[in-house]
Amino acid sequence: MTQTYQARIYVTLRPSVLDPAGTAVQSGLKHLGYDNVERVRIGKYVELTLTADDEAAAKQQLDRMCDQLLANPVIENYQFELLETAGAKNV
Amino acid sequence: MKLGVIVFPGSNCDRDVAMVVRDLLNQPTRMVWHEESDLSDLDVIIIPGGFSYGDYLRCGAIARFSPALQATVRHAQQGKLVLGICNGFQVLTEAGLLPGALMRNRDLHFVCDRISLKVERTDLPWTQEYQKGQIITLPIAHGEGCYYADANTLASLEDNGQVLFRYCDTFGVATATANPNGSLNNIAGICNRQGNVLGMMPHPERASDPMLGNTDGRNLFEGVVLGLAAIGAKA
Repeated sequence: MTQTYQARIYVTLRPSVLDPAGTAVQSGLKHLGYDNVERVRIGKYVELTLTADDEAAAKQQLDRMCDQLLANPVIENYQFELLETAGAKNV
Repeated sequence: MKLGVIVFPGSNCDRDVAMVVRDLLNQPTRMVWHEESDLSDLDVIIIPGGFSYGDYLRCGAIARFSPALQATVRHAQQGKLVLGICNGFQVLTEAGLLPGALMRNRDLHFVCDRISLKVERTDLPWTQEYQKGQIITLPIAHGEGCYYADANTLASLEDNGQVLFRYCDTFGVATATANPNGSLNNIAGICNRQGNVLGMMPHPERASDPMLGNTDGRNLFEGVVLGLAAIGAKA
């Protein structure tokens, strides 16, 4: 039995890395009057669907995908959410 | 001595490099399609500038998995020469052949300019035809050339003399205003610990033909052609 899962992956810059695009967006927000915005950090969002035997196996695979390709560990961190897709059980 | 220039979908400086090494320096050179996996006939592999695989996800991130790049990793592990220019530098960091990463320029703009560089070290094939401390002018053209590495990595790069080119003013001082992209320590080009892999953001191939008005990049290719043997002979 394999399950189908949907993963939502968030890739963000490590806190120590400067984010000039985030700073530019923050200044744009300030121009709009949002003086209360203290910090903006821009990252990436990846959605993917995968099949795996169980949740643990899916998570293990996602960790490897993120380490190998989806995030660059030199500059980025990642986290993900895993959702079991309803009614998508198949043999 | 045989050189290979890797061609990815989206490479756009490949023929400029080949023009220099094959037509100006008369060296046997072949173009290497990214799907090739046997590069054992080559002495030097050059990864050119451009936008490999559209630079999707991150610059150089997808190119790293191509058969030609896997072969390049093996080539580098044998101590043979690998040069990455611009996008090629980004590919080499993604592949782990060079430390650190290249990020969006400090000012968020694509910068197309001619800049001054200081040659920091001349005991490697890449820079043997320059003088130590020489200030040269090369073109740059990139949007993601801001070199980043964590503090420990940066310190070890400096301690081991792995910074070969540094952005500087016309007097050779590495100032913030002479830094076009926000690179840490004004880094424009680094080599690996062994010295056989070089990555650099500036384009020496665009400054090699006298017809283009600047030949400051030509010494780099001439140094490559002289190769490792010449270093020993001088020492």
